[in-house]
Amino acid sequence: MKYLDEYRDGGQAQQLALEIHRLTTRPWNIMEVCGGQTHAIVKFGIDELLPKFITLIHGPGCPVCVTPLEMIDKALEIAARPNVIFSSFGDMLRVPGSTTDLLSVKATGGDVRIVYSPLDAVKLAEQNPAKEIVFFGIGFETTAPATAMAVYQAAQKGLKNFSMLISHVLVPPAIEALMSSPKCKVQGFLAAGHVCAVMGYTEYPPLAAKYHVPIVVTGFEPLDILQGVLMVVQQLESGRAEVENQYTRAVHREGNQPAQEIMRKVFKVVARKWRGVGEIPQSGLGLNDAYAAFDAEKKFGLADHHVDEPAECLSGLVLQGQIKPHECPAFGTKCTPEHPLGATMVSSEGACAAYYRYRRQTPEAAVKTA
Amino acid sequence: MGKINFGGILKEASLAYVPEVKVGDYVIVHVGFALSRVDEEEAHKVFGYLKEMEELAELEDNETKPPPHRDPP
Repeated sequence: MKYLDEYRDGGQAQQLALEIHRLTTRPWNIMEVCGGQTHAIVKFGIDELLPKFITLIHGPGCPVCVTPLEMIDKALEIAARPNVIFSSFGDMLRVPGSTTDLLSVKATGGDVRIVYSPLDAVKLAEQNPAKEIVFFGIGFETTAPATAMAVYQAAQKGLKNFSMLISHVLVPPAIEALMSSPKCKVQGFLAAGHVCAVMGYTEYPPLAAKYHVPIVVTGFEPLDILQGVLMVVQQLESGRAEVENQYTRAVHREGNQPAQEIMRKVFKVVARKWRGVGEIPQSGLGLNDAYAAFDAEKKFGLADHHVDEPAECLSGLVLQGQIKPHECPAFGTKCTPEHPLGATMVSSEGACAAYYRYRRQTPEAAVKTA
Repeated sequence: MGKINFGGILKEASLAYVPEVKVGDYVIVHVGFALSRVDEEEAHKVFGYLKEMEELAELEDNETKPPPHRDPP
């Protein structure tokens, strides 16, 4: 397909890799923020093309993975109620809550439905006026415009039987939280291209300056990622810490204005818990007071429900880039995609799932990247 | 709403956030919403850059390190 195949060309990838080899004089730790980029890196073996002292650290940009346990438990509680149709993106269904998951709730009679878009949930509400329709609104700035539009349309249509369990998160506060940790090893970032397609990249220069880290807005194909790494290495080797845009074919500095406008109307910035990481101030989106009637937590009386995270799953360390997935003792043994301990093993963007899927049969390759 | 061809699969997506798109444009779609139009001119830049690098490498001749041995998949 156009704009995909040419960005997977092996010869061109070698050429970029060669340039990175030529420029690199010492070890560098670079974090790719987005789980989509992690999957591309592991699937195409991009990390193996790089000089061995460049380490790619996998970041927290997997929306399913960072949704806190208590939100999953709230979803389970709502989905089990008799008059509710609970709708969600497909990859949330197998994320383990404290005792069960949405798929099991569905198997025992709960009306849980997979939708492709939040607008499908609005349609469900119109088609089922006697039922309560709840949508699980999760994700980063890439899904937030869709969630916002669904709430906005539900309000316009005057729907009273539609609400959302919202667990939206934001990338820049997560970068800030990572960088302010004394354990942080990250020296440069590949920022998530599609998040920036929505939000632009005006939020990043203060972070680049404060922590003296290069931040390069990067796409998702192998050539994008290699070029992003090259741009970060060029900056690191010359002592610069600037915000640059590799993904110019899709990202403008100011982002998508119509999308930001609807998000501002519907959402406000709130503190948000991240699974395995804890609460990060001003790192999430919640419904504005004007749209409070669509807040499922309020509607179903769950706002004060709090749950502590179990210790057996090390996904918090994986999400912060402190360990690689295969360094977890449960990886591939007690924890597999069929029986996941944590969300990073479930999601199509989770780092553990990527390593399990593409590196399981070649443990020696996995060791090499460590 | 618009019809989007995903490598042969037709699906509807909202074009509310990309009012500028025309029939035949390429867009980036997330959960039923087109978020960005792919800019054709910008899309070619990396290949121009690679070509320049290649020409430069030819000029510099043998100064580069040997390439990594593994072919990408």
